[in-house]
Amino acid sequence: MSTGIPEDVASMGGAAALPRDNGELVFGAPWEARAMAMAVAVVERLGLPWDAFRSRLIAAIAASPARPYYESWAAALEELVVAQGLSTVAALDAAEPSERSPL
Amino acid sequence: MSGHAHHPEPLAPVEARVAAIESVLVEQGLFDTEALDAIVETFEHNLGPMNGARVVARAWVNPDYRRRLLEDGTAAIAELGFGGPEGDHMVVVENTPSVHNLVVCTLCSCYPWPVLGLPPAWYKSPPYRSRAVREPRTLLAEMGTVVPDDVEIHVWDSSAEVRYLVLPERPPGTENLTEDELAPLVTRDAMIGVERW
Repeated sequence: MSTGIPEDVASMGGAAALPRDNGELVFGAPWEARAMAMAVAVVERLGLPWDAFRSRLIAAIAASPARPYYESWAAALEELVVAQGLSTVAALDAAEPSERSPL
Repeated sequence: MSGHAHHPEPLAPVEARVAAIESVLVEQGLFDTEALDAIVETFEHNLGPMNGARVVARAWVNPDYRRRLLEDGTAAIAELGFGGPEGDHMVVVENTPSVHNLVVCTLCSCYPWPVLGLPPAWYKSPPYRSRAVREPRTLLAEMGTVVPDDVEIHVWDSSAEVRYLVLPERPPGTENLTEDELAPLVTRDAMIGVERW
């Protein structure tokens, strides 16, 4: 198969492990799947090791353990995007869209 | 209810933030929206029943693999690169002209997702879970699979420790097909045992 979740994404363990229900990825809302896809895409397009995201995800979860998993994911994604110079916090503030992105 | 169904709910802050990240990255040309759509789609299919179908097709064409598969399902499935936490202890049970196998999880919905993908809704339903044990022949007939009276039905109850995969019989008339041609013939339902040909 040419597509799929990269092995290093699917196999994350510990606090970073993807929430699953009997193997099924569990998304509470479409934006969660969107955020996940973006992290996969950013890492892939920039040719980064998955750990560039994973380490930020682990740090984000550790910084706020009670926060829902995909909110930590979104925080880690933003950090990665900013660290890679793809955007700035100010630009993201300004880009705040009024409509939900399609899914 | 219906009057509200299409009213957009206000965006949660995190949702808006994720959408903002997407719009910035798309604008930057890092990826387009369609590429993201495609990735999201794979979340639903990335562990689809095609993995199991490849296992079955290999067993149909390769007697040595078939033997290994029936002896140690986990190891033989891992040979093809499939496995993981919920496919850890795989037992493969073989359909024959005189035995039909049916997989159920009576307690919950244990399912070998690394080879079969996402469990179908009916697999998790209480009627399937109880009737598969109590009256499998009737249940199967209702699901469109009539198992002849002279064929025994063996019911396998999956658990967190052991998950079962049915090795269906190779369909008649497929003697000349290759492994790659056979794999698409293998259905999820046949590997659960609710289909038989």
